[in-house]
Amino acid sequence: MVDALAPFVTTVTPWIGHVMSLILLLPVASFLILVVFGKKMGERSSYVAISAVAASFLLSIIAVLFVMGGGRAELSFTWLSVGDFHPTFGLLLDPLSAMMLIVVTLVSMLVQIFSVGYMHGDKRIGWFFACLSMFTASMLLVVYSPNFAETYIAWEGVGVFSYLLIGFWFEKRSASQAAKKAFMVTRVGDLGFAIGLILLYVVAGTLDMNKIFGMDLQAPLAALIAILIFCGAVGKSAQFPLHVWLPDAMEGPTPVSALIHAATMVAAGVYLVARSYPLFEMGPVSLEVVAIIGTITAFIAASIALTATDIKRVLAYSTVSQLGYMMMGLGVGAFAAGMFHLFTHAFFKALLFLGAGSVIHAVHSQEIHDMGGLGPRMKITSLTFIIGGLALAGVPPFSGFWSKDEILLGAYTSGHTAIFWVGILTALLTAFYTFRLIFIVFFGKPRGHHVDHVHESPPVMSVPLIILGTLALVAGMVGSPYLGHFFQVFITNSHEVEHANMFVMGLSIAVAITGIFAAWLKYGTRLLPSGVISKDNPIYKLLVNKYYFDELYYYVLIKPTHAIAKYVLSFDQKIIDGAVNGVAWVSTKVGSGLRQIQTGYVQNYALYMLAGLIVLIIWSFKILGVY
Amino acid sequence: MSYPLLTITIFLPLAGALLLQFIPRSQANVIRTIALLIALADLALGIPILTNYHLGQAGMQLVEKVSWIPSLGISYFVGLDGLSLPLYEMTLLLMVVSVLASWSIKDRVREHYSMLLLLAVGMLGTFAALDFILFYIFWELVLIPMYFIIGIWGGENRTYAAVKFFLYTLAGSVLMLVGILALYFTSGLNTFDMVKLMEAGYHHYLATFIFITFFFGFAIKVPMWPFHTWLPDAHVQAPTAGSVLLAGVLLKMGTYAFVRIIVQILPGEFTKFAPYIALLAIISIVYGAYTALAQKDLKKMVAYSSVSHMGYVMLGIAALTPVALNGAILQMINHGLITGMLFLLVGYIYERTHTRDISKLGGISVKIPVLGGMFVFAALASLGLPGLSGFVGELLILLGSYTAYQIYTILAVFTLALTAFYLIRANQNAIFGIPKMAMDGFKDANAREFFSMIPLVIFIVLIGIYPKPFLNYIDPAVNTVLQIIRGS
Repeated sequence: MVDALAPFVTTVTPWIGHVMSLILLLPVASFLILVVFGKKMGERSSYVAISAVAASFLLSIIAVLFVMGGGRAELSFTWLSVGDFHPTFGLLLDPLSAMMLIVVTLVSMLVQIFSVGYMHGDKRIGWFFACLSMFTASMLLVVYSPNFAETYIAWEGVGVFSYLLIGFWFEKRSASQAAKKAFMVTRVGDLGFAIGLILLYVVAGTLDMNKIFGMDLQAPLAALIAILIFCGAVGKSAQFPLHVWLPDAMEGPTPVSALIHAATMVAAGVYLVARSYPLFEMGPVSLEVVAIIGTITAFIAASIALTATDIKRVLAYSTVSQLGYMMMGLGVGAFAAGMFHLFTHAFFKALLFLGAGSVIHAVHSQEIHDMGGLGPRMKITSLTFIIGGLALAGVPPFSGFWSKDEILLGAYTSGHTAIFWVGILTALLTAFYTFRLIFIVFFGKPRGHHVDHVHESPPVMSVPLIILGTLALVAGMVGSPYLGHFFQVFITNSHEVEHANMFVMGLSIAVAITGIFAAWLKYGTRLLPSGVISKDNPIYKLLVNKYYFDELYYYVLIKPTHAIAKYVLSFDQKIIDGAVNGVAWVSTKVGSGLRQIQTGYVQNYALYMLAGLIVLIIWSFKILGVY
Repeated sequence: MSYPLLTITIFLPLAGALLLQFIPRSQANVIRTIALLIALADLALGIPILTNYHLGQAGMQLVEKVSWIPSLGISYFVGLDGLSLPLYEMTLLLMVVSVLASWSIKDRVREHYSMLLLLAVGMLGTFAALDFILFYIFWELVLIPMYFIIGIWGGENRTYAAVKFFLYTLAGSVLMLVGILALYFTSGLNTFDMVKLMEAGYHHYLATFIFITFFFGFAIKVPMWPFHTWLPDAHVQAPTAGSVLLAGVLLKMGTYAFVRIIVQILPGEFTKFAPYIALLAIISIVYGAYTALAQKDLKKMVAYSSVSHMGYVMLGIAALTPVALNGAILQMINHGLITGMLFLLVGYIYERTHTRDISKLGGISVKIPVLGGMFVFAALASLGLPGLSGFVGELLILLGSYTAYQIYTILAVFTLALTAFYLIRANQNAIFGIPKMAMDGFKDANAREFFSMIPLVIFIVLIGIYPKPFLNYIDPAVNTVLQIIRGS
């Protein structure tokens, strides 16, 4: 597998080089245009942004076809050159990056089209599309990067534009709080990433991926570096214990959530692990860490989703959980399965978020208990949402089934039995919370007061839903046994694929159906009494309070930091500056010959200084033996 | 070479200051325009300096040397290398910025601009001087106009701040003078020529004594912990232009002198004491970040952030590896641009809100989005956001320092989170959110304010995206420095 992944360079035919750079530069150009003219252009800003990303998408198709034809390409230049450090930056086109180019540009394009309707009338709409463009461009650069330093730059670019977009409605305190939280939490993960890069540079003498992947680093050292790099991925991909920012990031406009959850930002962490896979393989312990963190994340997030009542938060926790599955897949060695899940998840999660956006747009609330009975009133939204839900729950033949099944299969065949069973349990929870959401929102009796005049969203919003719905239905096929695991073969460049295991497949179908059935019993039919679980139940309380992670960080990290800062400042003012002022006070008293001379005139002080200077010079001459 | 470009650029502001004395005080706009034209002309002269500079060539260039007091070995000797050229050019740029920033000063306009131009003479001269006496004169020349700028046009507590600044830095320069004289009398070369002293190397038993005098002189200027307490007072009380030049240029005089004088003339002593300098550097980094986090005053926060950021520069210098030293020199420029921009913005926002209390600000971006957005940009640059210039410097410093100081480097990386914390918090509380005061009459950045920031934005982005052309100037000088270190 290492060979297949190691980026290698072939002679770049000029046209593919142009295609590659245009895919990246078009959204950048859109950003620059909109930063300058966005305010003036208003709603028309969307034309610029959408045409740029649409062109990038079409060019990405060309790039993928080029790669399918066996082509590989790399553009590079020397970023800087100091001492013995000459990092080469550039753009790398190989199966992995080509696949991601498609996902990123396609989802971004659909999200931007949807935003035309959703953000209609917002006074900063030009800035919104500018940020979306650059958010996309940063992610494309992460995807393309053949150098860890370049990855880090693009990575933080993704971070900062998510910061600006989550806090887009910055007048809202909760929005700017959420933006701050997202930035800070991911930055904590990035500290590990940064230290990993420093170590890597010290050990390998370079940050160019193809050089590093060709080396034979000692296993413990490689594992340490890989785990440090994985810290960055834990932050960005919202893995336990740094998952806390993603649900709060819901404060951003819903299209932004869709983009963050599907194609950019959170996918970056999974992609980073995939891209650095050869390094992880040099220190296999690191992969165990990835698998364990992924599994814990998948379970914890799914359990929190059971009690969440905000439609976007349920989806947010489902994202965290699904990202955990991806990490689990990468960690247990099911590399292609992990990436396949990233691919299918991008479509069905974008679909679910945009569907939620469509619902929120209609109901003006995010509380699921204000909804209900929306199905007949919003046919396209509800139908596509249910398709997305089926994909998330892992029901065949919807896309999520194929990829999740592959991950579980990987855990099973690699002997990670405990991980496998937690994965199965999480699949059960996933099906349950997904259909809890669907039954409450789209079925039953209307609850909110807005529901009476609810109507379907305009075509600019519903068409992206239909396209994503179709993808959520069929995208899994490309990795299914029926098409010869085409996706996996393409990504790994190898024909050794896992053969379907009837036990695993049957079990995962069974838990999905069970979960949906249970949700139907509880929320669809009301056959189960509503007070089964008391509000005082400790487990319920634990879940509603999200395992108290936010409180933990507040008391363990944030509060002490502020306390230390206060202490250091008072030390600075009282001790250090106090000493300085004390010295000044003593010397003026002495120098004044006990007269009151604190005149404040600099001439006087200068005079003392001059006197002091002369004394010093004489003294120095003396010790020098000149005098 | 046909024209003495360095002499012209150094003394053009002096001519400008003299010219201003002939303009009636009442003609404030004429005075402002003349000052601006002088600063622009000086900046324009920076272009032939760049084009006449031979890239990739080590050693001093654009050298002008005239014997001054031959019996004492004093000469008028100026020149630039890859260490001083970037600082010189940055000073030219920041002069234009500060002239624009001072436009709103209404009180004693002529005196203000005269002081500003005099300050330029001192700053440019300090970076170009290659004779110790000349260096000392320029170094001291900086002190006086800055004292008046803080003391006359400063905030409420200006006298205290000005006197503190003056005494503190004067104490430093007096020590430096002692060191210079000791060096002169014991080197046996009978010269104040810095280049000759570098080439000869200093091998006298007084080396440690001289090192200590220089160390105090420069550490105060940087400032390194625990000699930093003049800085928050001076920065906060100074008017906007004063803060920009203090942070942008004056602090760099300290780090510049470390590399130019201590490292190159006393390489043995520097190598010996480098671990202690690195210790003070890491203390400055962490301590500055914590004190910045505790600030309620926006300007004070920026001031304390300088203590932390200059600590990174000193760590890079103390590491003495090619990568770290390149990073340190680049970071001097970056800090000048970024912190200069932050002080500009704090000043512009203050002119509107009349408060710098972070808890009373808020919602700046709602009413004046350009200034708010620029502040967010500068804050992101300051926290080392990749893609902007601050990151490149920090990256090189950290990559290069690890081999020398592992624990310190890891601590410095962790402090980056703290840096992000206080800056993001400032964004959140001062710029975002709902306006906490009536902002009806507020106008967004006018053309003058806008154009004072744009060049900074451009360079912050350019260096951040493609630093190679900038580092190409610095790298040869770093090689020279490290050869001296290796030779010691």
